[in-house]
This record gives sequence, C-alpha cells and structure tokens, in this order.
Amino acid sequence: MVSLRSAPPRVIPGLSLSLGITLLFVTLVILLPLSGLAWQLAQLDLADYLRIIGSERTLAALRVTVTAAAMATLFNGIFGFIVAWVLVRYRFPGRETLDAVIDLPFALPTAVAGIALVSLYDGSGWMGRLLEPLGIQIAYSWWGIVTAMTFTSFPFAVRALQPAIEELDPDEERAALTLGASGPALFLRVILRPLMPAILTGVGLSFVRSLGEFGAVIFIAGNMPYETEIASLLILIRLDEFDYPAAAAIAGTLLGASLVLLAAINIAQHRMQAYLREAR
Amino acid sequence: MLRRLLILAALAFTVIVVILPVVSIFHRAFAEGAGAYWTAVSDPETLAAIRLTIVTALIVLPLNTVFGLAAAWAIARFEFPGRRLLLIVIEAPFAVSPVVAGLCFLLIYGAYGPVGAALADYNIQLMFNLTGIVLVSAFITCPFVVREVLPVLQVTGLDEEKAALTLGANGWQMFRHIVLPNVSWGLAYGVILSAARAMGEFGAVSVVSGAIRGQTMTLPLQVELMYNDYNATGAFAAATLLTFLALATLALRGLLHHFGPKRDQAA
Repeated sequence: MVSLRSAPPRVIPGLSLSLGITLLFVTLVILLPLSGLAWQLAQLDLADYLRIIGSERTLAALRVTVTAAAMATLFNGIFGFIVAWVLVRYRFPGRETLDAVIDLPFALPTAVAGIALVSLYDGSGWMGRLLEPLGIQIAYSWWGIVTAMTFTSFPFAVRALQPAIEELDPDEERAALTLGASGPALFLRVILRPLMPAILTGVGLSFVRSLGEFGAVIFIAGNMPYETEIASLLILIRLDEFDYPAAAAIAGTLLGASLVLLAAINIAQHRMQAYLREAR
Repeated sequence: MLRRLLILAALAFTVIVVILPVVSIFHRAFAEGAGAYWTAVSDPETLAAIRLTIVTALIVLPLNTVFGLAAAWAIARFEFPGRRLLLIVIEAPFAVSPVVAGLCFLLIYGAYGPVGAALADYNIQLMFNLTGIVLVSAFITCPFVVREVLPVLQVTGLDEEKAALTLGANGWQMFRHIVLPNVSWGLAYGVILSAARAMGEFGAVSVVSGAIRGQTMTLPLQVELMYNDYNATGAFAAATLLTFLALATLALRGLLHHFGPKRDQAA
C-alpha cells in the first residue's frame, strides 16, 4: 500500500480532468463489478446463504482450500525464511541467479504453472517417477494442491522478509553470543522477534494468495468433489449450472475472508511495530 | 556448517519448487522433437489465441496507462474528500482472487446482471467476447501503474511543475516536458507488470471469455483447452511462449531496476 502525504496547495492544473478520468474508470471497472457481487448477495436471505455454505460439498471445498493453503503457507514460512536469510546474509556463487529466480512464480501465468507442475509430478514426470515408487502421490491429490499453492505464493514470503532481515544488525547477534546467549535463545529473541511484523506480512499475503489460487491448482488437483475440489473451482461449476446465488455466496465468503485477513494483517503489523519500537 | 546447510536448503527448495517445473515445460514441449514443436506453435487456433492475447494487451495497456497517470496525478497533487478511500478502492483488485473477479463482472455486465440486461435491450453484449476479456484484464491490472507512479509523483517534480507554470507553460506542456519525464521509469515499470499480468491471466478471463474456439480463447485458455484435449505437445508448446513472456518480463524489470533511478521508497 502506498503511503499518502498531504497534497500541495492548489496551483497545479488538471484536477477535474484527472479526477474525472479516475472516477469514471474506477466506477466502471472496479466499483460496479464489486457491487454486482454485493447485489447478488443482497438477494439471498440468511437462510439461503447458510444452506449453500453449509452444504456438504461447499464445506468440503472450503476445508480443502483452507487446509491446503495453510500447509503451503507453512512451507513458505519456513523455506521463505531460509531463502531470504541466505540471500541477505551469505555470499556464494549463484546468489544473484537465486535472487532473480524467486520472482518467477509472480511472472509465470498460473495456467502455465499448473501444467508445468502436473508434468513434473504425474506418473511420467521427473518427480513423479521418483516419488510414486515410494508410495507418495502428489499429482491429483491434496498434496498436489499444496504444491501448486506453494509455487504461486513463494515469492510473497521471501520478498516480505528480505528487507526486514537487511535491517537486522549482525552486531546485536554477536553481542548476544558474547553475553552467553544460547543458539535457540539468540534465534528467538534477537532474530525472530524483530522480524515478526515482516513474517506476519509474508505469511499472511501468501495465505490469502493461496486461498484464491485457481489456475495453478486445477490442473494438478484432480478436482474430485469432496476431496480435491477447491472453492474457486466450485464457484465456476455453480456458474456453469447457472446457479448464480450459490456462486455468489461462495465467492462472497472467499472475498470476505480475504479482506478480513488483509485488514487483520495490517492492524497487527502496526501494533507489533509500535510494540517493538517501545521495547527498544 | 550451519551456513552450508542453509544455503543448500535454500537452493534445493528453490530448484525443486520453482526451477524444475519451468524446465519440465520445455522438456515436454520438445518431447516429440523440434518439428512437432514448430507445428504446434503455428497451429491456426494457437495463432488466433496469440493474436487475441496481444490485441487484449494493446487495448488494456493504454487504458491503464491513462487511468494510472490520471489517478496518481489526482491523488498526489490535490486534496479532496475521499482521497484515502479512492486509493484503497484502486488497490482492491489485488485482494480479489481471479475467479471471484470474473464472477463480479458476470454478475453486473452479464445477460442476467442489472447493467448487462439493460444494455441487452440495445443489442449490446459485454460478456463472452473481447469486451469482457478487456474489462476483466483492466480490473486485474489497474493497480500496477498507480502503484509505481504515485510514489514518484509524491516525492518529485512539484517545484519544477510550479516553475514551468510560472514561466508560462500550459498544463499540457508541463505534463509533457516535466511530469512525463519524471515518472517515465516508474511508468515503464508499471506498464511492464500490467502487460505480463494481462497476457497471462487465466482464472478471471476463463469466467468471462465464453471459450469460443478460435475466437475468444486467449493463449492461457488455449493452453488449458489443448491440455484437456490430450494435445500435450500443443499445450506445452503454447506454454513455452508464455514462459518466454514471463522471462522477458523479469529481464526487462531487472534492466529497469539496474539502469533506472534508485527506488528507495517502498512501493
């Protein structure tokens, strides 16, 4: 989010033109479509909404989506931290390539990511041939969904942590060691604590992105109702059945959850930063 | 020891999660040889999809550029009620997941939506055609330019702009000679990110495209279509084209980052 400064006094031209263009575009392209969802939701009464969301298939889809997103976020939290740490603190051959490659999942279209992952993890793919004899089935299973979500949201975790790790002072770590801090204590109190706001942002954005991920997931998920069907796909299925109220109810739930999470991340981050400043 | 272990873990994770899938695309695309790859890439439906994807980008990018510059200018240079709210609304598309975004457009501009139904009386259809694809693409990419240009405008140019005006420049002259050069790097950055995103979008476009073969299939949709048709070489060949697009985006971004002004403020 861009921070706002107060605007200069009015000597500069172009207010009506620029604001006019902006409001026209915002109305047609952002506000009207979002109100379309609100309009459809408003036609539902609470009982209808609960019946749709409470149906076994919807609940299963929401459960699959949330649990897979949580697992992907856990992976990205741990490995995102390691990758960010390595990129900031260590110099080694290939470091710049590693740094550049992190953004690939941002740039790669999700459908391409989807068929790439399935080609890697199905029975004839490099990873699939390695894992299936061990009894590990990734393609067309819940783990496939986790793999796809991990891929698309990986950069969020790394890019949120990198600047925060850069701001850590290695001298403080050395001082703590000199004063006799043990390894785990050093990690928890000197490294992890000041990084908490950044970790929260990275993990939170990664989770929100995973909740809504569609293109990368559907190719590798198998899409079996009740088992490997994600919420976004169920929205599309309800649309194909012209069941607009059901599609809107699931979409509203997904969007509502994302917005609440994003707002919560924002608030928690401000509080934590204030707390850490006071603690200094 | 710990250092080596961490570097190894970071490299292993990145190779397995990020690099192997991309290499795998090329492996599958060329599995039947370069000839089969070339035939797949020059398939008429694939070519039509490429054309539609480029046409979409060529319409969306100017729209987003004009909107992005206008919005950044209004927000950076003027005080008006609802300024903060406007910025939140402009960033909203980043919080909406692709399928939900597509659904929103269908619910308002589709045949059963209030606006779509009213326009249908005049025989105007907005969804399941190029207009629909352009509209959702504009929605999904519209925050990029604002996000890059606004921070630049907020820290630079005001004095130069005032000077130009005092010396008698009119608004357009000031815009062309002062504002545009000042924001050009940020603008380029934003446009590149928008282009990549607009050409690669899948979920939102698949909701509103109508999926008419050879007509409303963008390249990502064509990848899915061929994949579901068991045309693996075709799907992966088309996927390599989008992968080149992604790599080119990253390379261009890297170049701008390298040669452009240092971007201190977090966008």
